[in-house]
Amino acid sequence: MLLSDYTFQTVAIGSAILGLISGVLGTFAVLRKQSLLGDGVSHAALPGVVLGFILIGSKNTEFLLLGALLSGLLSTLLITTIVKYSRIKFDSALALIMSVFFGLGLVLLTYVQKIPNANQAGLNRFIFGQASSLMRRDVNLMIICGSILLLLLIIFWKEFKIFTFDSEFAQSLGFSPKKLDLLLSLMTVTGIILGLQTVGVILMSAMLVAPAVAARQWTNKLSVMAFLGAIFGAISGIFGTAVSSFIPKLPTGPTIVLFASLIVLISILLAPGRGILHRLYRQKHNRSLNIERRAENDSTI
Amino acid sequence: MTPQFEIQLIAVIVAVGCALPGVFLVLRKMSMMSDSITHTILLGIVLAFFITHDLSSPLLIVGAAIMGVVTVWLTETLTRTNLLAEDAAIGIVFPLLFSIAIILITRYAGSVHLDTDSVLLGELAFAPFNRMIVFNTDIGAKAIYTAGTILIINLVAIFLFFKELKLVTFDPVLAAVLGFSPTMVHYGLMTLVSLTAVSAFEAVGSVLVVAFMIGPPVTAYLLTDDLKSMLIISVLIGTINGILGYQLAAIFDVSIAGSMATMTGILFISVFILAPHRGLLSIFRRRKMQKTKFGKMTLLFHLLNNESSFIQEQVSQICIVQNHLNWSDHFIKDIINRLQGENCIEVDGVFIKLTDKGRKTTIQEYNELFS
Repeated sequence: MLLSDYTFQTVAIGSAILGLISGVLGTFAVLRKQSLLGDGVSHAALPGVVLGFILIGSKNTEFLLLGALLSGLLSTLLITTIVKYSRIKFDSALALIMSVFFGLGLVLLTYVQKIPNANQAGLNRFIFGQASSLMRRDVNLMIICGSILLLLLIIFWKEFKIFTFDSEFAQSLGFSPKKLDLLLSLMTVTGIILGLQTVGVILMSAMLVAPAVAARQWTNKLSVMAFLGAIFGAISGIFGTAVSSFIPKLPTGPTIVLFASLIVLISILLAPGRGILHRLYRQKHNRSLNIERRAENDSTI
Repeated sequence: MTPQFEIQLIAVIVAVGCALPGVFLVLRKMSMMSDSITHTILLGIVLAFFITHDLSSPLLIVGAAIMGVVTVWLTETLTRTNLLAEDAAIGIVFPLLFSIAIILITRYAGSVHLDTDSVLLGELAFAPFNRMIVFNTDIGAKAIYTAGTILIINLVAIFLFFKELKLVTFDPVLAAVLGFSPTMVHYGLMTLVSLTAVSAFEAVGSVLVVAFMIGPPVTAYLLTDDLKSMLIISVLIGTINGILGYQLAAIFDVSIAGSMATMTGILFISVFILAPHRGLLSIFRRRKMQKTKFGKMTLLFHLLNNESSFIQEQVSQICIVQNHLNWSDHFIKDIINRLQGENCIEVDGVFIKLTDKGRKTTIQEYNELFS
C-alpha cells in the first residue's frame, strides 16, 4: 500500500535518480581526488540561491537552482584560480572558498529576512534539503537534467577518460584539458545542485563520494565503476526512502546516507581481490605456504 | 561593557583562537579535516546530552572533543587500508557521523532545544544574553570566558610545544628519529582543533568556524615563509576580520558571523591579488618583464648572429626579422622601441643594426649565459 503511495513514489524516484547521477559523476570526482567538491560546492551555492530570490522575488525552483548553479560554478573557478596562481593547496582553497561563500550567503539571507512582506521563509530549507517535500515537478527537472548530463558523459566519455587518468597525454593528443576540466566541473556542479533539495548540503557530499568509492572496490575498469556507482547510488536512494517511510520519525536524507555508507563498508570488507577479508585470507595463505616451503627446505638440507 | 563591545571582544577572541590551530592545519594539508570535525562534534554533543540530559553540562564539550578525535582516527584508519584516498575517507566519515546525529536528534530529542540549524548557523548577536554570574555578580558574557579559556589553552599549547609542532609539521620522519612521536603531536593538535571548534560553533556556527580556522592562515601563507610570522600575521588578520566584520554587520544589520566570514574572503582576495612577490599582480608583472627581457635578448642575438653573414642587408630588414622570429607586429615594435631607447640598436628605414654598445652588451650577455 505504501509502495503505491504517490508521495512515496515521487520521493523514491527522485532519490534514485539523484543517486544514479551522483554515482556516475562521483566516479570522476573520486578518481580526480576531488571527492570533497560536493561538500564545497553545495555550501557555496547558498549566496546564489538567495541572490536568485532577491532578483526574481519568488521561490521558483528553476531560478533558485540557476542561482545555485552559477554561484557553485564561480566557487569552483575561484578554487582552480587560487590553486593555479599560488602555493595554496586544493583542500585549503576549497575550505576557504566554501566557508566564505556560505558566510556571504548568510549575510544575504539575514538581509532578505528584513525585506518587508517577502515570502522568504524556507529559503534555507532549500540548502539543507527536505527529501519529503520533493514534488513531481522537481523530479521531472531532475530527469531532464540527469538525462542531459548522462548524454554529455557518453558523448565525451573517451575524452574524460584520458583526461582523468593522464591529462598530459590528453593534451598531447590535442584535447584541451582546460576545456575538459571546465565541462566536467560544470557537469559535477549541476549534479550537486540537483541533489541539494533532496538530501541537503552536508549529505550531498556523501552521495558524490560513497557510491563511487564502493564501486571502486569491485573493479579496475572505469566504465564498470561508473555503472556500479550509478547502481549503488540508486539502491541507497530507494532503500533509504523506503526504510524512512516505514519507520516513523526517520529523516530521509540521513537514512539514504546510512545506506550508502553501509554499501561502502560491505565493499571495503568483501570485495574480491581488494577487500580487507580477501587480504587477510591471502596473508594467512601466504604464511602457511611459507611454512610449507621452509619445511621442504629443511628436509632437503 | 556595552553589548556591542562584548560582541566585538567575543568575535576577536573566537577569530584568534581559531586561527592559531588553523595555521598547522593549513601547513599539514588537513584543512578539510576542520570542516569534517566541525560537523561531527554534533554527534558528540548529542551522545553526551543523552548521558547528562543537561544542555549546559561541561560534559557536552568533552563529548564533542572526543568525537572530533574519533573522527580523525576513523578517517585515518580508512585511509590506511589504501582502498581509498584521504579526501574520499573524509567525505565518507563525516556525513555518516553527521547523519547519525541528525537521526538521533529527530527520533529522541525532538522536544529539546537542540536543532540542527543552531549548530550549523549560530548567532553571535545573542551571545551577550548568556551571562557569566559568579557570587551573584555579573562578570560579563559567558562566551567571553569559554572562548577565552580555549584561546589561552591554544596559546599555551603552541608556546610550550612550538618546537615539536614545527618539527612534526615540516619533517615528521626526522621528528620520529629524534624521539618525538608524530602521532602524539598529531592527535594533540586534533584535540585542540576539536576543543576550539566546540567553543566557537556556539557563537558562529559550524560552517563559519572553517572560515576562521583556514582563512587567516591561508592569507598569511601568501605573505611569509616563517612559521612564527605566519602565526603572528594570522592572529592579526583574525583580529581585523573580527572587528571589520562586526562593523559591516552593524551598518547593514546582517548576520555578524556571516559578515566576518565575508570579510575573511575579501581580505584573502585582496592579499591574493596585491601581495608582494606572491600576489597575482606581481606574478603577472614578473611574467611580463621576463617576456620583454627574453624578447630583447632574442632580437640582439639574432642581429649579432647575422652580422657575419654576407646577406646581412636582407636579413636585417624588420619584416624579415619579424618573420624569422614569428613575432606579432605589436611585440616587435615594442622590443625595437625599448632597445632603441637603450641605444643598443639603430633603425635605418626598414633596416635594423646593432650599435657598438649593443654589440658589446650582446656579447657580454652571451658569455654570461653560455660560458
